[in-house]
Amino acid sequence: MNAIEVRNLVKKYPGFKLDNVSFQLPKGYIMGLVGDNGAGKSTTMKLIMNSIKRDSGVVKVLGCDNTSKSFVKVKEEIGVVLDEALFPEVLNAKQVNNIMKRTYMNWEEDRFFGYMDRFSLPPDKVFKDYSRGMKMKLSISVALSHKSRLLVLDEPTSGLDPIVRDEILDILNEFTRDEENSIVISSHITGDLEKICDYVAFLHKGKLVLCEEKDTLLYKYGIVHATRSEFGVVPKNAIVSKRETPYGIDALVFREKTPKTVKIEKPTIEDIFVFMHKYREENYK
Amino acid sequence: MDISISNTSEMPIYEQIYNQIKAQIMQGRLLEGEALPSIRSLAKDLRISVITTKRAYDELEKDGFIYTVLGKGCFVSKRNVELIREAHLKEIEEFMKKIIDLASVIDLTKEEIIEMFNILYEVDKE
Repeated sequence: MNAIEVRNLVKKYPGFKLDNVSFQLPKGYIMGLVGDNGAGKSTTMKLIMNSIKRDSGVVKVLGCDNTSKSFVKVKEEIGVVLDEALFPEVLNAKQVNNIMKRTYMNWEEDRFFGYMDRFSLPPDKVFKDYSRGMKMKLSISVALSHKSRLLVLDEPTSGLDPIVRDEILDILNEFTRDEENSIVISSHITGDLEKICDYVAFLHKGKLVLCEEKDTLLYKYGIVHATRSEFGVVPKNAIVSKRETPYGIDALVFREKTPKTVKIEKPTIEDIFVFMHKYREENYK
Repeated sequence: MDISISNTSEMPIYEQIYNQIKAQIMQGRLLEGEALPSIRSLAKDLRISVITTKRAYDELEKDGFIYTVLGKGCFVSKRNVELIREAHLKEIEEFMKKIIDLASVIDLTKEEIIEMFNILYEVDKE
């Protein structure tokens, strides 16, 4: 079964179009959405929750069409974290707990305070006095405390220090140890996605550029640093894009199509993304 | 069970897992009938993709090193001497292919390779 199924999704804004996006996230897996600013990541997340109106397309979440009436029930099982955590400014965590108790049927108070403890969040401090990291940790605590089976996380690790980010990644990893649980997560910090995702999807200018198993992706491509003459043996169809400097060439290549004599380094998701978009556009200019 | 994943290795991750588990079975460090960690917990502990772990297990099962009991998990198969020999032969063949590839890059002839091999072999025997 798929946790999320998106088919031919279209959303137009003035100057922006989410263009016919389709992908699937099988249950029990983690998908990372990678994209530059304004690529359509947050729009996609909001459309998954049906919190903005689409122009066309179908979205099924945990097997339920998200425009149907029964989606209200399914929402109980979805934990959402948006990039700006928004709780009323004057509330403290205890009061947030009281509101959530009445919002979610499956609210788990003990678990919530467990996370508060684990993240060392002060329960008496009001929300507006929280730091950015604390706000994010509070949102994540809420998302994980109502028996969610799916987490929809928009930039949950941005603005957080490396130790907290690692802790959050551990918690997310732990969450999908249960094969009923799935996550879709977006981040600019592609290193975070690389650590936990099973699938990676690239969004660029409203289009889904690729959607692939992470490890396949990382093996399919390679980075070559070479002098011009060394680079001569790389066939044209092996080169995805390249960056030329006065001293040589850096390129993203298809590993299989590149001669074995050329030294290929393992790329990061960031390498692949930047080479695919930034340098490719420059190459064609 | 020891498994270490190297990010600098050119070998795909699933192959690294495959090789390490296979080696431990062949060396008798993993015994017949012994349970392997579940795909999901191995993936989560190693912080690698579930898909990759599954592929490694699938390959191990396909090649007869482990078997799956539905709902119970994966176990080490009975050690089959013929099978292991076969696996070794296959691996040696792979290396030889690699030697041929490398040799052709620097125009080394078959005779020269054989001579090199004979010398190395003698040195090793002594």
